Amino acid sequence: MKKRLSILFSLLLVMSLFLAACGFNKESGGSSSGGNDSGKAKSQDLRVNIKTEPFSLNPGLANDSVSGAVLRQTFEGLTRLGKDGKPEEAMAKKIDVSDDGLVYTFKLRDAKWSNGDPVIAKDFEYAWKWALDAKNESQYAEQLYYIKGGEAANKGTGSMDDVGIKVVDDKTLQVTLEHPTTYFLELTAFYTYYPVDSKVVEKNPKWYTNAGDNYVTNGPFKMTQWKHNDKIVLKPSENYWDKDAVKLKNIEMYMINDNATELSMFEKGELDWAGNPAGQLPQDAIPQLKDKGNLNVNVKTGTYMYKFNTEDKALSNANVRKALAYAINRKAIVENVTKAEQVPATAMVPAQAYGEKKNNLFKDNDVKKAKELLNKGLKEMGLSKLPPIKISYNTDEGHQKVAQAVQDMWKKNLGVDVQLNNQEWNVYIDELNKGNFQIGRMGWIADFNDPITFLEMFEDKNGGNNNTFWENSKYQQLLDQSRKEQDPKKRYDILKQAEKILMTDMPAAPIYYYTDAWVQDENLKDVVMSSTGDIQFKWAHFK
Amino acid sequence: MMVKYIGKRVIYMLLSLFLIVSATFLLMRAAPGGPFSGEKKLPPEIIANLNKFYGLDQPWYIQYVDYLKSVSTWDFGPSFKYKGQTVNDLISSGFPVSFMLGMEAILIALAIGVVLGVFSAMKHNKWQDYAAMVIAVLGISVPSFIMATLLQYTLAMKLDLFPVARWESWAHTVLPALALAATPMAFIARLTRSSMLEVLSNDYMRTAKAKGLSRGAIIIRHAIRNAMLPVVSYLGPLTAGILTGSFIIEKIFGIPGLGLHFVTSITNRDYTVIMGVTVFYSILLLASVLLVDILYGLIDPRIKLSGGKKGA
Repeated sequence: MKKRLSILFSLLLVMSLFLAACGFNKESGGSSSGGNDSGKAKSQDLRVNIKTEPFSLNPGLANDSVSGAVLRQTFEGLTRLGKDGKPEEAMAKKIDVSDDGLVYTFKLRDAKWSNGDPVIAKDFEYAWKWALDAKNESQYAEQLYYIKGGEAANKGTGSMDDVGIKVVDDKTLQVTLEHPTTYFLELTAFYTYYPVDSKVVEKNPKWYTNAGDNYVTNGPFKMTQWKHNDKIVLKPSENYWDKDAVKLKNIEMYMINDNATELSMFEKGELDWAGNPAGQLPQDAIPQLKDKGNLNVNVKTGTYMYKFNTEDKALSNANVRKALAYAINRKAIVENVTKAEQVPATAMVPAQAYGEKKNNLFKDNDVKKAKELLNKGLKEMGLSKLPPIKISYNTDEGHQKVAQAVQDMWKKNLGVDVQLNNQEWNVYIDELNKGNFQIGRMGWIADFNDPITFLEMFEDKNGGNNNTFWENSKYQQLLDQSRKEQDPKKRYDILKQAEKILMTDMPAAPIYYYTDAWVQDENLKDVVMSSTGDIQFKWAHFK
Repeated sequence: MMVKYIGKRVIYMLLSLFLIVSATFLLMRAAPGGPFSGEKKLPPEIIANLNKFYGLDQPWYIQYVDYLKSVSTWDFGPSFKYKGQTVNDLISSGFPVSFMLGMEAILIALAIGVVLGVFSAMKHNKWQDYAAMVIAVLGISVPSFIMATLLQYTLAMKLDLFPVARWESWAHTVLPALALAATPMAFIARLTRSSMLEVLSNDYMRTAKAKGLSRGAIIIRHAIRNAMLPVVSYLGPLTAGILTGSFIIEKIFGIPGLGLHFVTSITNRDYTVIMGVTVFYSILLLASVLLVDILYGLIDPRIKLSGGKKGA
């Protein structure tokens, strides 16, 4: 008896530890509504999470959002996206465009590099040509194909001397484009178009691998410390032309690749920002944060979609593809599955890419029409029933849940049997590119806010990012026509016509538009974010 | 004798290393996808260029031979994922961190585990014994990532004793080391307890008692020393497990260690990092197993390092 009691006692002792932990859990529902508690005086020190080591902090090599999040603070292009998301003059103080929209003349302002060197036109020429030079292995050189001769020079079929970049004098840069590109001034704000200090870079080809004297930048902040895989420290640059606008004294960027830890650090006050675009919130925490009322959400120019392999027998018929697209209840997915305030997508291009509020090309959850279309499609193919189809996606809980929801909807609404197939990311991408799939999940987030980035994807049957093997000559014509059109309004109209064709043939079914969701210190003001997920701390400050 | 034994073991080590390198190389190349696949596909010309730069355009056997050559000169090449950093850089900056974390965890595991084990053996079948062993069973069965989150939640967020994450000061190291130590600590406690019980029931313990030695002296001088043998032999695999198994802890706590690269390099298909880190860990583990075998011989004179029959 005594022995039993002692076992019971020891068990109790241990259980109490766990009960205590559970007790804490309940408590958290009410208290700790996030943010910094009073402990920290409001110094102008910002701490954010960027998740991982950046691929490269050389603007010519960077190709990822992590590098972008750092570079946007330390460098500056000819233009910069302002608080309203529109490009404004930055390194350039005056921009002239020729009547045919092909030649841009940039007058540079008297700006200095962080080491005191003047920023000159040659710095731009050097940086852009360096990225276009194939031996430097820039994976984002494509961004410079808008410049005349850029693609040929990069692919080795043309000479670098024929590229349309001309240094007129130290303070004048003239750029000739392949086509009149109405959004070119947005591109010049993108990091591939940043300059580098040609004086320093020529002498030190490895200038970008560490912080220090060789890491010279021209933006609002300079990098003072870079502990690889750990953290990056930025301080305001005293040589920046608009330094009075910069209020933060210190930015620390941590590399913590764990969403739950990121949120915990924020709640304890070790971070001033948790979530997109640089970091990420744990998906399960989002509804709770929303209830507490401190979740911020921003709609992104990005589309989550299911691509159809149009060379697959069952999916070769446009009516069948449309039936499948119409039979998805996007509202239900967004509200019950993804839960981060995503927007149901009833067109490929998010409305804000056209500068508009709405872009609806079909009705969400249109089951009646879907049934009609399916029957019509099956008749055209001479089938009585659609064979089982397979949805592929890369292994991830979020993608899995969406796929399960869609599986259920197609079964219920159309009586179609659906199998699910998840693969590790690299394997998945490989299969997708080879065409070994029926329906594949894909996300597309624009690098700049324009419909063309979505529409171009489907231009060419064998284009790198098409995957659906769909093409349409009328569609191609319209895209070509849009490239020559200089009037933005008319150009959008042409692109809208093209998008209609895309949504009539439905090689890919849009599901939702991405959002950026985050929590932040309530005193942090004027962080500028764009719909493409760029974040700028130039004007940021604590109140 | 000793020299011959060690020499023989080193040759075996090199052989196993060769096999490990070859197997890793072949498996890695057999995996679909490559280091340059991303959401946005690169133009084929660019891919061809990249492949050429990294020597991926060569047939696999040439790459294999090239690789063996560079491994023998301890040059693992540039990383695919982190531009401008070499694998040697990643190892030399990441390993010291993982090593510190691992050693701290092993120390905690040893110190607490042995004390707990001895204590419960002394209080055999009393409530203290049961309590200690229930803790041990929990320690073994609770996975380290749950332990990590639990520690973060209680000690960092609620009691505000330590920072939630990162690797900066000594205070930052406590939680990850504890989380990493929990399982081996429990294991050591159980190991120590059972081996203590066995030793305590031996005849020479009775002899010692009959000689009139004090209980403390018996325990410390005779019992613990003998009871430590299984624990010492567990140190080899433990070091291995802790150093390679720190991935999840390093991820949760945002620690810039090598364990992180060991796992993420595979999802990134960062070929050079996969190979470099595998080779590095293999050497480390083979060496630590050898070291433990030698140590074992020193502690227990009954074991002779002669024929090398006691395999690794």
